[in-house]
Amino acid sequence: MDATGHAVGVEKTPSGISGFDQITDGGLPKGRATLVCGGPGSGKTIFAAEFLVRGTELGEPGVFVTFEESVFDLTRNVASLGFDLERLQAEKKVALDYIHLDPSEIEEAGGYSLDGLFVRLDHAIATIGAKRIAIDTLEVLFGGLSDHTTLRAEIQRLFRWLKEKGLTTVVTAEAGEHTLTRQGLEEYVSDCVVVLNQNVVEQAATRYLRVIKYRGSAHGTNEYPFLIDNTGFSVMPSTSLQLDYAVSNERVSSGIPNLDNMLGSGFLRASTILVSGGAGTGKSIIAAHFANASCERGERCMTFAFEESPSQIERNMRSVGLDLSQWQRKGLLQIRATRPSFFGLEMHLVAMHKAIAAFQPRAVILDPISSFMSAGTAHQVKAMLVRLFDWLKTQGVTGLVTYLTDANRREETDVGISSLIDTWLEVRDLEIAGERNRTLYLIKSRGMSHSNQVREFLISSKGVSLADVYFGPEGVLLGSAKAVETRRRARESRIAREEIERKERMLELSRRMLEAKILALRAGHAAEEEETQRSILQARENAKHVEEDREKLAQSRTDPGGDNGATEGI
Amino acid sequence: MPTKSSRSGAGRVAASDGNDEGADRWNLRLYVAGETAKCIQAFENLKLICEEHLQGRYTIEVIDLLKNPTLAGGDQIVAIPTLVRKLPAPMKKIIGDLANTERVLVGLNLVPASKSKRKSP
Repeated sequence: MDATGHAVGVEKTPSGISGFDQITDGGLPKGRATLVCGGPGSGKTIFAAEFLVRGTELGEPGVFVTFEESVFDLTRNVASLGFDLERLQAEKKVALDYIHLDPSEIEEAGGYSLDGLFVRLDHAIATIGAKRIAIDTLEVLFGGLSDHTTLRAEIQRLFRWLKEKGLTTVVTAEAGEHTLTRQGLEEYVSDCVVVLNQNVVEQAATRYLRVIKYRGSAHGTNEYPFLIDNTGFSVMPSTSLQLDYAVSNERVSSGIPNLDNMLGSGFLRASTILVSGGAGTGKSIIAAHFANASCERGERCMTFAFEESPSQIERNMRSVGLDLSQWQRKGLLQIRATRPSFFGLEMHLVAMHKAIAAFQPRAVILDPISSFMSAGTAHQVKAMLVRLFDWLKTQGVTGLVTYLTDANRREETDVGISSLIDTWLEVRDLEIAGERNRTLYLIKSRGMSHSNQVREFLISSKGVSLADVYFGPEGVLLGSAKAVETRRRARESRIAREEIERKERMLELSRRMLEAKILALRAGHAAEEEETQRSILQARENAKHVEEDREKLAQSRTDPGGDNGATEGI
Repeated sequence: MPTKSSRSGAGRVAASDGNDEGADRWNLRLYVAGETAKCIQAFENLKLICEEHLQGRYTIEVIDLLKNPTLAGGDQIVAIPTLVRKLPAPMKKIIGDLANTERVLVGLNLVPASKSKRKSP
């Protein structure tokens, strides 16, 4: 029935109340009665009034039957919500009827019916051609009339009659102690029952709305926080149950160039970024740079400040070279400052929801979310943030939140929201050699390659920048210690360089000496060789002469002519 | 005098009014919605009571809201039938078919309890 509930179930008509039509998947049951119950001041009358006023905007005239307030009082009270009942009455879009029963002037003497009420309603309905009717609060009849048996029968008849007339009805009723309503009106109105209530936690009130029954229709059963302000009712549809938002690979600049490099090329669009850190570590400054970068891109940005006023933020950021007021003037930046204790958590949520829906920013900053800790329990804070972050993601809004951490508890936020966070930056103070220096860690970053390096986070009147840090045997070096180390390293490396050069020179020298030696040896060898060659040649020559002489001698001995005699003589 | 009317300021005003002009006109209005059994009965009961207690000094105006629905708002009519005592002041309302004569007399602030009442039930 859920998916097709719309078609085969009851026909619905939009209430026109912001958020309510979403949680009921279309609004109130058309042509049927809805019971709205709640304690005093829970907003029943406003719900009923808005139901009628929005009806007129949807082309459905309506009758408002009030048992509690006079027409004058009602008109004046709802005027503060922007509803002009006088005008709507004049335009015949709304008919008001104040039904007043004063038990002190009424005596009951015999059987009666409520035909007088029927006649009045019928007349009012017919006059303006009403499609809607709001009855606020029927139970007053129980105080005015003592024959409750008759009364109940007549009320039952009234609802049947309204249904037959096809009027979409809202009936308000006081909440009872053990039953939903004090007089058990839920027995007669069985199509849709809405409960309004108000919880007070730590002196902060939050209004809730819950649909406890909706015959023939799927509906959310949660308690939905709602807000009543100068535009009427707004219900925050709260948690989207699925994690089905479209993801983006688009990057947006953080406003700090080196940080963008650290992250690859900036934050992911529609991701949620947490900047945590101790007091005075520059969280707000990072947030302001992000806001500035958004505005520079021409995208609207909304900042919710929970500790500082807008002018304070502006002044502080000017001291680091950011002019936020220009963006405010251009309508790109809106800063809303609220005290966390001003109202309950859910009210904050609804208020933010409403403001965001109205301004339609691409980036939202909450600075800091840790201040919510005073407004509720950790669980409540987390639940609220989940809803806010989820919603921002579905809207494609990039969210940056800051969190003030306890100096003793690092890499851990009290509300345990890290699982909700896509990118987590932590600014830490490191105290070395008598000075505090800020370092920036990128603790996690989903869906992007990112640097695991700690950077030094520098804040100056020209803005912020990130610098590499030095790691020495003593640990991370920052600030002036870094400067000293830098100089020391420079000197060391200069010495090393000179040493190398010297050694290279020596090496060259020895190579040359070797070459010279080789040359001399070669020269000596060449001379020797020549001498030897020559003596070899001479020896060969000699040997040749000896041979020749011997041959000559032998020849002369065997030759009878010639010098035969001489040879014989030898 | 029944306790109900004497406990409030309204009862005191009624008494003084009664002294001044109580002998004058009784202006009664009966609101009905069509000719239902209850409405007819109410009118008949009212006539009997008036004849007995207010002979010659009363007028009864019957208003049928089905014909004149806009008149219901003026006297804040919810229940039908409703009897409204317009005069003498203060205004009094009695709802129902007026079968309970004692309640009607109490409601109209009309007659101190007498033997006639004991007969009626």
